[in-house]
Amino acid sequence: MSNKMLQSTRALAAALLIAGATSALAASSEADFKAAYAAAEAANKEAAALRNQWTTTATTLANAKKSADKGDFDAAVASSKEAEALAKASIHQATSEKEAWKALEIR
Amino acid sequence: MRSAIQLASAALALAALTFGATPFAAAADTPDPVADAKAFQKFFTEKFPKLKLDDFVNGPYSMNEDMHRQWEEKEQFPPYDFSLDLGKEMFSKPFKNGKSYADCFANQGIGIRQNYPFFDEKEGKVVTLELALNRCREANGETPFSYVKDDMAALTAYMAFTSRGKPFDIKIPADPRALEAYQNGKRYFYTRRGQLNFSCASCHVQNPGERIRAEVLAPALGILNAMPIYRSEWGGMGTISRRFTTCNSQIRGVPLEPQSDEYRDLEYYLSYVSNGLPISGPGARP
Amino acid sequence: MASTIRVRATSSGETTEVQALIQHPMDSGYVKDAKGDLIPPHFIQQLTFEYDGKNVFLANWGPAVSKDPYVKFSFKGGKKGDDLKISWVDNKGAGDTTTAKIQ
Repeated sequence: MSNKMLQSTRALAAALLIAGATSALAASSEADFKAAYAAAEAANKEAAALRNQWTTTATTLANAKKSADKGDFDAAVASSKEAEALAKASIHQATSEKEAWKALEIR
Repeated sequence: MRSAIQLASAALALAALTFGATPFAAAADTPDPVADAKAFQKFFTEKFPKLKLDDFVNGPYSMNEDMHRQWEEKEQFPPYDFSLDLGKEMFSKPFKNGKSYADCFANQGIGIRQNYPFFDEKEGKVVTLELALNRCREANGETPFSYVKDDMAALTAYMAFTSRGKPFDIKIPADPRALEAYQNGKRYFYTRRGQLNFSCASCHVQNPGERIRAEVLAPALGILNAMPIYRSEWGGMGTISRRFTTCNSQIRGVPLEPQSDEYRDLEYYLSYVSNGLPISGPGARP
Repeated sequence: MASTIRVRATSSGETTEVQALIQHPMDSGYVKDAKGDLIPPHFIQQLTFEYDGKNVFLANWGPAVSKDPYVKFSFKGGKKGDDLKISWVDNKGAGDTTTAKIQ
């Protein structure tokens, strides 16, 4: 690999690492927050359609908003991602329970 | 770092749900409520052989001797007395248009609680007592009561009281929609929900008599017979709607609207499988 | 207005057993309402049961007693048909009194 290619590969790797990191190394912008929040909200809406939202999803979303209002976008993005994970878990719960409930039924 | 851990725990929960859900051979496609009720009652009477069938309506008090003793003493001057008196007053007071609750119900609304919920074939849905009471109000120009507050609790307390001792007599008409409502209720009962991943069955079928924090869990059999209940925890009277919604939030599930289809169907199922057990409401609970 | 005191007193010859249920919010003053404001303290401070001119039971209560308190006790003596007078006073100066016949 040429020197330049190696450099750009390293840079790409570094960029990916930074993008993937959830620590304060990555300075999130308001746009990052908006995107993350929208994704979380969309997932939570899907959970609502399945009649299976979690209370913790709602509080985490609220915390995300609070952090964003204070200008702490790192925390806001982190909370949004957590809320999205919670919402997705609730969707998974509703979907798998469609069959799984039968295991508990008294026969 | 903290958020990374939380993400990981959410992912772990997700994984647990995947591995925890053991696929079970599909149950019979057509529900058989008669068989269900029989199996339901057999499950609990075998689990608690010392109890008589009627004892199940006393929930945790039949699960714990010390609690039973305290409860018997309290029943001489039960904490729901004030709400019951209020309910009687409310029930007897005519609406602004001169009519009263008695005009909306069979037998003037006295001694009929054990017939609710019923499947309304015209509407194609389950009608609970709370729902019927609010519909009566609205039909007579009165504002409906909140399903989770004191007024509805007082009213249903009085109606339950007039039915004390009468066995639950829930009917499932030969209408596929009624059977579907019953099945929906059953499915709701056994479905895990909320971040804590509990179903109603997790506590009330798998752990009656055991403790959750400081409370002794009631068996699902007869669990609605004592409703509405004065809960010491609430410092007041609470309806079935209140209990359903608070149970949901306690397991970190966002509660549905009171008297949503799911809750109506759930009440239908739970009442049906307790057919034959006497109404003991209004009740008192810790 | 209906009495806030429900009472039942039964004499067994030597002793009389008394049960009472009193309707009162018994707000401790430490609980917040839905808006986040403290609900001001409002509780019974003194409860008395009087028989034959003497107090057979006197309670000095504070905010730790729960809503709609239930009391049960026995005292020596007390004859069927005699009066038992129950009174309470709360921290707002309000109160209620009732007289019941011993059964």
